[in-house]
Amino acid sequence: MIDILKGLLILGGGAFVLIAAIGIVRLPDLLTRMHASTKAGTLGSLLILAALAIDIGTVEGTSKVLATVFFLLLTAPIAAHMIGRAYARTSVKREGADAAKD
Amino acid sequence: MSAAEFLDLSIQIGLGLILLGLAVAFIRLAIGPTLADRVVALDMMNITIIAFCALYAILIEDPSLLDVAIVVALVGFLATVALARYAERYFDREKKAPDAEAGHAKGGSDD
Repeated sequence: MIDILKGLLILGGGAFVLIAAIGIVRLPDLLTRMHASTKAGTLGSLLILAALAIDIGTVEGTSKVLATVFFLLLTAPIAAHMIGRAYARTSVKREGADAAKD
Repeated sequence: MSAAEFLDLSIQIGLGLILLGLAVAFIRLAIGPTLADRVVALDMMNITIIAFCALYAILIEDPSLLDVAIVVALVGFLATVALARYAERYFDREKKAPDAEAGHAKGGSDD
């Protein structure tokens, strides 16, 4: 029963990671690509880490997995925010430059 | 099919899916038109490598690979933030470059 739960978590995590990667290639814009990578990729990674936490079963291993999950949930929005801010500033400047050229 | 066989099969399928995702994300890293696209693809590959470390720890039944996943998460976050800052400064400098040249031609520099 535990093995079946672990297998389902692993299959779901792998599917989400693959969907996020396909979204990065297929989506048209940088912001939509960031949306695919940040949410679907993090969810897939967290599902596989949950399977690892069930598989280890000891207190120290599970707490390490929880620390990793906490760190991922803490840093994914910060990284997405930094990339989005860089894109927003540079795209505004590009539009301004094009308008000045015309 | 017993439960242990299902777990082994799903581990193999999961490794294949994650490696396929890594290869597909690398396509965007190679063809990405701007630097920000490449940073996004690198962030995605970083998260994928964390998932691969966790899945490989299940496969070889050795939890010490989890430490590798933690270190990859730390270093990858720093790399993403540093590259995003670099992209911002890069476009700033690209935009300022004609002004700086014009100022230099007139003999003045605002740096």
